[in-house]
Amino acid sequence: MLRFILRRTLGAIAILLVISAVTFFLFYAIPRNPALLACGKGVCTQEQLAVVEHNLGIDKPVPQQYIEYMSGLFIGRDFPAGSCPAPCLGFSFRDNRPVLDTILDRLPTTVSLTVGGALVFLVLGLAFGMLAAARRGTLLDKTMSSTSLVLSSMQIYFLGPLALAVLVHNTQLLPQPQYVPISEDPWGWFQGLLLPWLVLSTIFTANYTRLSRATLIEQLQEDHVRTAKAKGMAPRTVFFRYAWRGSLIPIVTIFGIDIGSLFGGAMITEYTFSLHGLGRLAVESVTQSNLPMLMGVMLFAALMIVLFNIVIDACYALIDPRVRLD
Amino acid sequence: MSTQESGPFLSVRDLRVHFPTDDGVVKAVDGLSFDVWRGKTLGIVGESGSGKSVANQAVLGLHNPKHTRISGEIHLEDQELTTAPERRLEQLRGNKVAMIFQDPLTALSPYYTVGRQIGEPFRKHRGASRKEARERTIDMLARVGIPHPARRVDDYPHQFSGGMRQRAMIAMALMCDPDLLIADEPTTALDVTVQAQILDLLMELQQEFGSAIIMITHDLGVVSRVSDDVLVMYAGRAVERGTAREVLGRPRHPYTWGLLSSMPRLRGDVGRDLVPIAGTPPSLLAPPPGCPFEPRCAFSDHVADPVDCATDRPALPEERGAACHLTAEQKRTIFAERIRPRLR
Repeated sequence: MLRFILRRTLGAIAILLVISAVTFFLFYAIPRNPALLACGKGVCTQEQLAVVEHNLGIDKPVPQQYIEYMSGLFIGRDFPAGSCPAPCLGFSFRDNRPVLDTILDRLPTTVSLTVGGALVFLVLGLAFGMLAAARRGTLLDKTMSSTSLVLSSMQIYFLGPLALAVLVHNTQLLPQPQYVPISEDPWGWFQGLLLPWLVLSTIFTANYTRLSRATLIEQLQEDHVRTAKAKGMAPRTVFFRYAWRGSLIPIVTIFGIDIGSLFGGAMITEYTFSLHGLGRLAVESVTQSNLPMLMGVMLFAALMIVLFNIVIDACYALIDPRVRLD
Repeated sequence: MSTQESGPFLSVRDLRVHFPTDDGVVKAVDGLSFDVWRGKTLGIVGESGSGKSVANQAVLGLHNPKHTRISGEIHLEDQELTTAPERRLEQLRGNKVAMIFQDPLTALSPYYTVGRQIGEPFRKHRGASRKEARERTIDMLARVGIPHPARRVDDYPHQFSGGMRQRAMIAMALMCDPDLLIADEPTTALDVTVQAQILDLLMELQQEFGSAIIMITHDLGVVSRVSDDVLVMYAGRAVERGTAREVLGRPRHPYTWGLLSSMPRLRGDVGRDLVPIAGTPPSLLAPPPGCPFEPRCAFSDHVADPVDCATDRPALPEERGAACHLTAEQKRTIFAERIRPRLR
């Protein structure tokens, strides 16, 4: 296990290096001069532009900038506008603070949203899938299957405003979504995020219901499940200990792949409900051409996804002894 | 024999296992009767789809009741199993009646240790503690010839070879001293040398524990090696029954002749041609009204009028005999003159 984690960490570092390089050089492929934007198009003189370029640190050759950026991660950097202690993900000239500070401000919102949403759709999706598989062919199964088919073809940007209009503005069943730190007011945190969680998780719930039903039905026909029945195990034991356990593998795999979509969904959800999380931050930095911020957010998101995938692979090893990793 | 005084241990009468499908009802088993005696081995032979596995899974009630129609009688000692509640069957499975499956690669769950899976029936049926079950498991693993059982008990199935997994399956089946062991092609997925070891092991354990065994196979070699009695199945029915000596030595059904002629022999003429049975088994959706083997039978024209093999269904005698319209005399002469020379 230790060797596995070490190996995967080294792999993750390599992946992050590639992502950082690609993102960084993409920065310069954008046909905009960030200095010109920061300075004000049309009113900026050549001298002012040169000053701004110097302040942004983009007057040096690109590879050198990349090296400075990467070394900033470990030793920090100083900009004319302020200092950026390690690990420095860049400095946002727009709001005169290190990128990482803003990211860390926004992080709790996104973590609350994604972890809560994932919990909702994993619990509901797996439970519905189990129920449908156990009652296969009944009205309950058919209802759940067709409902999940309809819901899985929805889009968050459609569901979000719809839910907001119906549940909040028209009927006032739920309070206006907002983010309250859990440490300040757990109940307020829960209430404020309930609707975003539901909206973010609906489509996933539908997908995981279908996935979990299908894999369970497949597992129920496995030979080893028949063996369990043939040696006198109770139906419940056969179902959970043997069939369900096996159905977890494909679910974990798909969940690993879905982490990216979850962040994407969170981005839209945050935008829909005016939550100030990382997703919204990313969108804002694009519209404001705040490239250091965008770069920082992308790298941070990549780090999260890579870390999550290591966790997922470790989960594999827990579920399936054939994947014990050394 | 004294064991026979109390009657057969398992008695199956007119068993029908039908699967309704969108295309019609698949009559996988259609009127099957047989007996199994204590301490004896019944070999059930037949090609794929003849209903041998389906029938035996019905004994343990392993079919999904939603998709299966079962009728007939299955008596285990004094209990009727086709109408028994699920809870009752649950208590029998792995306890009084245990089953070994064909493919040991897939028959064990990859997610739990071999020891845990073997110990489970013992804990469930005997209320044994974890520790007792573990000790018994180690004993049984040793008994079925797994080296270092105290260490291997904590291995996962993928750490076992195919032969070892089948041994583990046998250990699992024997945990509760079953009176009846149903072995469904237990050696088919194994290579030949391992096959022989597994069969020897089963026979040894039968001597030791006195269980009755149903050996389901398509391999006549296996049957001749282990069986006391033989039942030949074709298209969901029994077509011939008798002792192993009788059925293999003086077979009376054209299908059994076909099986024997298509089997290679170690001793005998190397240049002998193997004779396959022409044609394919009938559809189980719409089996022919007469003898199910008639379309493939080379001897149906020997049957004298007014009997017509295509429309009249031959009955199988309760004891030794074959479900065939040929007269006893015809069967004897055809076998002696046409079939036996092929087998040498």
